[in-house]
Amino acid sequence: MGYRPELLATCGTLDELKALAEAGCDAFLLGEEKFGMRLPGEFTPEAIAEAVAFAHPKGIKIYVCANNLMDNDTLPALPGYLEKMGEIGVDGIEFGDPSVLMQVRKLLPDMPLHWNAEMTSTNHGTSNYWGRRGATRVVLARELNMDEVTGMMPNLEVEAQVQVHGMTNIYHSKRSLVHSYMANQGRPVEDDNVGLNRGLYLIEAERRDELFPIYEDSNGTHIMSSGDICILEDLHLLMEAGVQSFKIEGILKNTAYNAAAARAYRKAIDSFVSDPEGYAFDEAWLDEIRDLQDPRRELSFGFFYKEQVY
Amino acid sequence: MTQTPVQSKPQHKGKRYRLDKPELLAPAGNLEKLKFAVHYGADAVYIGGQAYGLRSNADNFSFEEMKEGVEFANKYGAKVFVATNIYTHEEDLDGIAEYLRNLQDAGIAAIITADPIIVETAKTAAPLIEVHLSTQQSTLNWQAVQFWKEEGLPRVVLGRETSLEEIAEIKKNVDIEIESFVHGAMCSSYSGRCVLSNHFTDRDSNRGGCCQSCRWKYDLFENSSPEGDWVSEEQQMETESNPLFLAEDNAFTMGSKDLCMLGSIPDLIEVGIDSFKVEGRMKSIHYVATVVNVYRQAIDAYMADPENYVLKPEWMEELNKAANRPLNTGFFYDTPDHEDHIYEPEEKAVPYDFAGLVLDYDAETEIATIQQRNHFKPGTEIEFFGPDGTFFKQVVGTIWDEEGNELDAARHPMQRVKLKVDQPLRYFDMMRKKNVKK
Repeated sequence: MGYRPELLATCGTLDELKALAEAGCDAFLLGEEKFGMRLPGEFTPEAIAEAVAFAHPKGIKIYVCANNLMDNDTLPALPGYLEKMGEIGVDGIEFGDPSVLMQVRKLLPDMPLHWNAEMTSTNHGTSNYWGRRGATRVVLARELNMDEVTGMMPNLEVEAQVQVHGMTNIYHSKRSLVHSYMANQGRPVEDDNVGLNRGLYLIEAERRDELFPIYEDSNGTHIMSSGDICILEDLHLLMEAGVQSFKIEGILKNTAYNAAAARAYRKAIDSFVSDPEGYAFDEAWLDEIRDLQDPRRELSFGFFYKEQVY
Repeated sequence: MTQTPVQSKPQHKGKRYRLDKPELLAPAGNLEKLKFAVHYGADAVYIGGQAYGLRSNADNFSFEEMKEGVEFANKYGAKVFVATNIYTHEEDLDGIAEYLRNLQDAGIAAIITADPIIVETAKTAAPLIEVHLSTQQSTLNWQAVQFWKEEGLPRVVLGRETSLEEIAEIKKNVDIEIESFVHGAMCSSYSGRCVLSNHFTDRDSNRGGCCQSCRWKYDLFENSSPEGDWVSEEQQMETESNPLFLAEDNAFTMGSKDLCMLGSIPDLIEVGIDSFKVEGRMKSIHYVATVVNVYRQAIDAYMADPENYVLKPEWMEELNKAANRPLNTGFFYDTPDHEDHIYEPEEKAVPYDFAGLVLDYDAETEIATIQQRNHFKPGTEIEFFGPDGTFFKQVVGTIWDEEGNELDAARHPMQRVKLKVDQPLRYFDMMRKKNVKK
C-alpha cells in the first residue's frame, strides 16, 4: 500500500468528533483530564465507547490520551481505566509517564503506544529508545524545526506524528497561578471558573500584541502559544519525508474552525497521495482557515523555520 | 523576608529514628566554587561541562578542570557529578558517547541526565559512571521510579512537585536512592515543561537557554466572548477584553519564591531522602559556602543526636545573608499558593558580600593573611566564618600589605593583605561584609 498519512484531530465532544470526521479526519485523540493533559473536552469511558462505535465502521481510529505526569494517587485507578480502554477496543494509548507504559504493556500487550512527552520528544534516539520499550509512535515536540523533523525520519524505528495546526502548550505548572494571583490582589476568584472556557489570557509587558491563553484545571496551570501553527503551505515537505500522522490541535477553538482546518489538510493530503509528483499547494485551501482565524492570533510556521540558540 | 518557622524545641522526642545519613549535594559553577563547596562540607558536587548541560551561561568545566576538581574532591572523600540534563536534538546526538567517555576518564562519579538516549548511551560508552535521572524528567510516582530502577539507574531526582508523603510512598515501594532539591531557586513550572524562552527569545530552555521569562511581568485579561467563539473579524472587534487587574495591582508573574527546607531537616531525613540537593550553579562562592556550611551543620547535628535536635536560629540568619529572594517550602507540605509567589518587587541585593579569603593565620601574632575579594578598609564591620562552626564578628583594624606597609584600604582584587583578627582562623575560612547600598 502506498503512503497515506493519517489526519488526526483532538476533539472536545462527540458532536465535534462527528463534524471533524465529516471534514475528513482519520483519527481522533481524546480522553479525560485525570489521565490526559490539555484536552479540549472530557470523554468518559462511556463517551469513548460511543466514539469508537461511531468511528470504527468508518475506518476512523480513536486514540486515548493518558500522557499526564502521573502521581502516586492516580496509579491505583490506572489498571481499571486501561483495561476498560482495552475492552472498548480503542486503537492506541498516548503516554508520557513510564508508569503508563509499564501498565499498558502488562495489561494490554497488543495495544499500540504513542509516546507524547510534548516539548521533550526531541530526537530520534530517544524515540527509538521508547520504541524498544513498546512505543509504536512518537509525537514530536512542536519546538523542532523542519530540518530536524525531516532529518530524523529515516532513522526513526517508530511512526512519527507532527502537529501541523493549532496552538501549543508553552508552560505547565502544578501550581494554581490564576487563583494565586487573584488572591494576592485581594480579589479571590469568585465562581472558581478559571478553566478553558473562561477566555483568560496573559500579555507580556513588552509584547502588547501577543495574547497567551491561560487556564487552570486539576492538572495545574497551562499557558498556551499566542499564535497558531499552520504548516499547510509546506505540508508536502513532511509528506515527502514520510511522516505518518498529522495532528490538528483543536483546543480553545470552535468546531467550525477545526472543521475548516481539517478540510484544508484533507485536500492537501488527498492531492499528494493521489499524485505526489504533480502535487502543488493551492493557496485557496487556506481561505476558509483565514476567514475564521482570530485576527489577534498569528498563523505561522511555528518553529519550523527557526534556528534556536541556547 | 519570609523565614521558615524556627523551632526552638526538640522536634521528634520519643520517636524511632532512621539513621541513614543523607548526602549533601552542592552546585559548583566552576573549579573554585567546587573547592569551596567541598571544603565547606558537601559530600558531592554537581558541575556542568562544555556540552549537554542546562546552564549554557555558566563558566562550565573543561575535562582538565574536571580532573582537578575530582582530585580535590577525592581528598575529602567527596564525589563529583556532571549535569548532562538537556533534552538532546538531532545535532547533539553524535557526540554523546565520546563526551561520556571523557567524563569517565576524568573520574566523574555520576551524570545527572533527563534524556533517555543519554541514559542508554552511558551504559555502553561509560559503564563506570552512575546515571542519575534528572528532575527534568518530572518523576512523581513510584511506578515511574520503579521503571527507572529496572532500567538500571541507582538514583532518581524527583520532580520538585513531590510532597513528603509522596516521597515516603516512593521509598516504601522502590529500593532506590532518592534525591530531592532542598534549597534554592525553583522553576514554577514542571521542570522541562516550559518553553517560554523558546517563544519569547528563540532560546531553547531545555538546552540551557532559559531566560527566566516566568519572572517577567504580565497582565491578565479575559475575553468577554470566551473560547474563541468568533465567526468574523467584525464580531471579533466587538469582543471586549476585560483587564483582571486594577491600576494599583501588582503584575502577574509565574515567579516562585526560593526553596528552603532548613527548618525541616528531621522530616527530610525521616522520610528517607538519600541526597539533599542545593540549587545554584550560577550562584556565588559566598552563596555556595554559606548554604553548604549551614546544611552541613544542621544535618550533622541531627545525625549526632536526633532526639535532642534543635534548629538553631543562627543557621537561618546565616542563610538569609546569602539569599536574594524570600523563601518557602515548595511542595513538601502542600501545593504552593499566593504566598509562595513573588508579585511585589521583593528581589533584592544579597545582604552580604564575600570580602576576603583566609590564606593563613599566625597564632603567635594573631594576624591573618587575607586574599581580597571585595573592598574593605579599617572600620569595616566584618564576619569570619568557616566549616565546623567558625564564626565571629569584628571590625577591621590596621591593614598591611605583604611587605608590612600600612594600607588605607584593601582595594585590589586578589591582593594579599594582613590584619589582626580576634579569633584563630584557618585556610579557607571566609570573610564577609555587609553589602552597603551605594
